[in-house]
Parts: sequence; C-alpha cells; structure tokens
Amino acid sequence: MVSLEYLTIESAHELLSSKKVSCVELTSYYLTRIKNLDSKIGAVLTVLEESALHLAQEVDEKIASGQTIGMLEGIPYTAKDMFLTRGVRTTAASKILDNFIAPYSATAIEKLNKAGSILIAKVNQDEFAHGGSTENSAYQITKNPFNTEYVPGGSSGGSAAAVAADFGIFSLGTDTGGSIRQPAAYCGVTGLKPSYGLVSRYGVVSMASSFDCIGPITRTASDSTIVLEAIYGRDKMDSTTIDVELPPSDSVKLEGLNVGLASGFTDHPSITEAKEFLQKSKYTTVDIELPNSEMALAAYYVLVPSEISSNLERYDGVRYGMYSATAKDLKQSYTMTRSEFLGPEVKRRILTGTYALSAGYYDAYYKKAMQIRTLVSQQFDALFQTCDFILTPTTEQPAFKLGAKSDPVEMYKTDILTVSANLAGLPAISIPAGIDSQTGLPIGLQIIGRLGEDAKVLALAQDFQAQTDWHNKVKECLI
Amino acid sequence: MKKITKEEIIRVAELARIDMPETEAVATADEVSSILSFVDILQSVDTEGVKPTSQVTALSDVWREDLVVSCDVPQAELLANAPMLEAGYVKVKKVL
Repeated sequence: MVSLEYLTIESAHELLSSKKVSCVELTSYYLTRIKNLDSKIGAVLTVLEESALHLAQEVDEKIASGQTIGMLEGIPYTAKDMFLTRGVRTTAASKILDNFIAPYSATAIEKLNKAGSILIAKVNQDEFAHGGSTENSAYQITKNPFNTEYVPGGSSGGSAAAVAADFGIFSLGTDTGGSIRQPAAYCGVTGLKPSYGLVSRYGVVSMASSFDCIGPITRTASDSTIVLEAIYGRDKMDSTTIDVELPPSDSVKLEGLNVGLASGFTDHPSITEAKEFLQKSKYTTVDIELPNSEMALAAYYVLVPSEISSNLERYDGVRYGMYSATAKDLKQSYTMTRSEFLGPEVKRRILTGTYALSAGYYDAYYKKAMQIRTLVSQQFDALFQTCDFILTPTTEQPAFKLGAKSDPVEMYKTDILTVSANLAGLPAISIPAGIDSQTGLPIGLQIIGRLGEDAKVLALAQDFQAQTDWHNKVKECLI
Repeated sequence: MKKITKEEIIRVAELARIDMPETEAVATADEVSSILSFVDILQSVDTEGVKPTSQVTALSDVWREDLVVSCDVPQAELLANAPMLEAGYVKVKKVL
C-alpha cells in the first residue's frame, strides 16, 4: 500500500495518473481522517462526502478509459466557509447565515470544479473573518494540530489546520489583513495572499472590499503556484479584478535579485534562517526600514471596520439568513435579527465602523486613515526602487494559547506585520521557516513583492523550500 | 484616551440597527473607546495635502454591456433563502 500521508498536489497527481492509487481511495483517505480525527481539531463545519465520492468515481472512470487528467483533477481540497458553494450550506461561521444554502458558487470554486478538483469539506473560521484565532466562530473553536492547547490562528484557521492535519491537500482561504498568512505561519504551512484584484471575489462573503483577497493554503509554494494559476484572472462578475498575465514560475529569473531585510527583526529566527539561505544563494541583500507598522495597523483598524459596517448592512433578515419572527415592524425586524444572530466581535466592528463614518468624525478617522494608506503605499513604492522583495517574520510570536487574547485590541496586534501588504494591495506569502525552541510551534517567514509580481514571490518561496526542510515539519505534528 | 459616552454608543447602535440595552451600553462604549484610543496614533501624522486612497488597483469606471443574460438558477431556488415569501415576492414586515 502506497503511503498517502501529506501528499502534495504534484505527488497525488503522479499517484493518480500512474494508477497506483484510485481517486476514490484518495478521497476516502481524507474523509476518514476527518471522521476519525477532527474531534481533536475542530476544523471542519460541513463534510461533502456524497458529492466528493461521486466526483472521485468520475475521475477514476476517466483514468480507466485511458484519458490523461489535469494537474488538479481528482485533488481533494477544503474551502473556508466564506466561499459560496451551490446547494451547500455556507455560514461564514455566523449564526445569521445558519440556514443559508448558497444558490450559486464562487468563481474560485467554479474554476476549481472545472479543473476537476474535489471539494470535500467547508471549514471553520472566525465569524465573517473577524479575528485572528478562529475562536470567534459561532460554531466551534479550532485548535492547532501542532499542539491542541494553542490557536491555529485566523481568520482562515480552519483552512490552515485542515492542511496541517492532512484533511485534504490544500484549502482556499481569504486574507483581509493577514487571515491566510498568519494561520499558515501558526500551523507550519504555506499561505499566499495574492495581489489585490488578481483573484475574483465573486461569490465570497464580503468583509472589507478594498482589502479582501482570496488565496490558497498549501503544503508547498509549488502547490500554491498550481492553485493560483487555476483561480486567477479577470472576471466580469467582479469589476475589481485586474487584467494581469502571470508568467510561468519556472521562467522567473532569480539571479541577482535584491532582497530587502527589514530592520528590527535581525534576531528573529525566521530572518536568521532567511539570511543563511540568502547567503548561500544568488541573491544580494539590503537592509531596509519598513513603513511604520503601528501606523499601518491603526489605519487598517479604522478602514476595515468602516467597510465592514457598510458591507454587513445586508444581513437584515429579509432576503436570506436567519430572522427574528416576533418583530412588530420592519425596523424592529432589522434590529432584532442583527442583535440576536451576529456575534460580539462582529457587532464591535460594526459599531466602531459606524462611529468612524458618522457625521463629525469622518475626517478625523476615515479620511485620515485613507491618507495614511496613501503614505504606506508610497513608502512601499520607494522601497521597491531599492529591492525586489521584502522579508519580515509573518508574526512576531508563534501561536498563542487558546483564550490568551481576550482583549480585542491585543488580538488585533497579532496582525501587525501582515496588514501593510493589504493596505498597499501587494502579494505576500508566509512560508515555514523554523520551529520555536520553547513551544515547538512553527515560525513563519513573510515575503512581500511588488503589485502584480506574484510569480516572483512564489519563485523565491519555492527556491527557499528547495533548500530548506521547514515546510516538511508539519509531517511531525501531533495529530 | 478617546472616551465615547453611553448616549453616543446608543445613537451609533441605532444607526447600525443593533439593539443596545442600557445595561450593556457602558461596557460596549468602553470597548469601542479602547479601539479608538488604539487608532488615535493616526492623529500624530501630518497628512496635509495627502490624497486619500480608497482602492489600490487604479481601475476606474469598469463598464460592461447592459445586456439581459439568462440565469441558470431557477427563481424558486434563488428565493428559497428568504424567510417570508408571497406569490414569488419577498415579503417584509409592515414599514410603518
């Protein structure tokens, strides 16, 4: 029997194509793992057993008839519950969508369907992606597969935990201020936030529309490249998508590229590790000063709650979702529905955003934060005159214990190194780059690139993984 | 530290259609105050003459043909999520 543990997309494709493993066997392997082990992790909200096995059988029939299959064909994956999936419950981990059955699928899901990938489960997250630990889900708490006393990060914590626990080969997540990269770092896996507008957000529950990006969480940067190439591109259903053609990642020339190392982190284990890799390779390095991270974080926590307060107006109990039946009139129905079914962090962000946008405060908060956003982008533009990449730790610390950050502002601060890329719309990836000696938990390295240069970021990450072994540490995690 | 009053949080909650009982108003006002204090650092930056950024793609006025397109989802499926229906319409509680 061939081992199916921790397959990559490429290795699974090879097993399927060479008929060493059937697609039904492969799909059943993940479904069985979820059944037997998810009680320890809490990553999964909905399992799509029947449709997954049906699709797997179709792939097997195709292979048996002698046809060749595409790279993503028959590859089982999971998706954050932010992604609409036709005929399947989609909750965004909120009680207000408890009964919501999506009438259509997100473009990214449709594209993966066309490529033949098999969606096996919808996974947990912070409610409406508001959080950094997946403790804000209205349904369950997800735990870190490296140590179940710790959080998996968030908001795409179910996705990162599912990839780390081998509940599928990859997962789709969303990243508004670090929600793909931070949980990827905490769970020892690879997480890509593409350039803003590269991947269509049609059919993905909105959080903050000028920030939201969707991307893959995978075991390797090579797998991230495969998924990104399948899901990116201009979509007439999302007018913010950009018309960019990504060059094949193996055509990207890395020789002589200049890597900017952010000052202040020289002793961080991820940077020590990166420096060792860079010295052995063909890169040159330059020390740089990052845009002020505290300022970026503050601007983020004005702009994002403001956009949230506007986007979440749609949850009013009229067209879909839960509603409060006892209200006397329409206004009371809105208020009772929202009060009963939205969670505390969601309400906090709606109130903060409503306040920041209200008459008399707009200039002091919203406009000011939009101006800071301009300054952050300009600072990145200047930095990218002197270097091709910027390296930082993904997070200052590895994962924290469950319940350790009950103060919302303390939770917000875990995004401090990731939000800047979202303010400027830049592509950024988190890759495993160490294990914390005290806790045994993974440490992530973040690579930020120029807008639209996602292929370069992925190529550097692939080169790092070709020469280091940190991305394989996930195979030793407890579960 | 930026301090929001009980009255202000009740007014903001009303705007956002979120119920704010008197018993929770003070605690909620304190929570939002602590978030606003955290972002108060923005006020220390001179942004005189800086253009605000509302989006980063530089795309503007993305047009499409105004065409009728067919929808492959039946009306009943599209309406199935609405809590109250009548004769193919979404029904709401009385407005006034």
